[in-house]
Amino acid sequence: MDEVFKALADASRRSLLDRLHARNGQTLNDLCDGLAMTRQAVTKHLAILEQANLVTTIRHGREKLHYLNPVPIHQIGERWIKKFERGKLAALGELKRQLEQRDE
Amino acid sequence: MSKPEFVYVTYIETTPQQLWEALTDGDFTERYWFGVRLRSDWKMGSSFEMVHGDGSVSDAGKVVEYDPPKRLAYTFVNLSETYRNDIPALATFELEPHGKLVKLTLTHAGFAEGGKMLPAISKGWPAILSSLKSMLETGRPLEIPRTAIKPEG
Repeated sequence: MDEVFKALADASRRSLLDRLHARNGQTLNDLCDGLAMTRQAVTKHLAILEQANLVTTIRHGREKLHYLNPVPIHQIGERWIKKFERGKLAALGELKRQLEQRDE
Repeated sequence: MSKPEFVYVTYIETTPQQLWEALTDGDFTERYWFGVRLRSDWKMGSSFEMVHGDGSVSDAGKVVEYDPPKRLAYTFVNLSETYRNDIPALATFELEPHGKLVKLTLTHAGFAEGGKMLPAISKGWPAILSSLKSMLETGRPLEIPRTAIKPEG
């Protein structure tokens, strides 16, 4: 679990996770596209994310595809959040959502 | 074949045999899978069903692969009206021993375009896999309380 927090403690890596969340199953080229990061940097960040099991890869034909793996994040939720506060957080999350919708 | 929509990986401190049993035995699945018993004779092409406590079947499909304790694959789709535009998608489980751990990789592929199964399973699998891991490692599945899914009123 240390690795998960370490991996998440970096804005570039979180942005890579966001990109996978928006579209799962991307190649390295897809992920580099439009990013202000060198290919080398993206490769390094992906290795750290993979080490933490937040990203997983599979071979699909000749391509290596990257997937967001939400299982460790779910486990963090179970370990520290759900037990105590999930009900309240869900209510607050709902309130935030409603307030934001009203703004639109 | 189209690329899988989802790939989930979890490492579980168990043996491939135990994990296999947990994935295929209804008595086990009932404990960590929101009370769902999987029902099948696990022969290729046989029917596969998710059976609830009241005997109702929520999801059904077919067994595609059964190669213990390494690879398991089945298709399923929810039978309710909500999912009428969905088709049975293929869930494949791969078990790989790594020392004291087993790496469980679940890929899910072949969803209908614009269907409702994909968003549903993408919430369901992480919870089910976390609960499975917890059950095998501690003997207790995760209890997912009602307050976790409903805001406090």
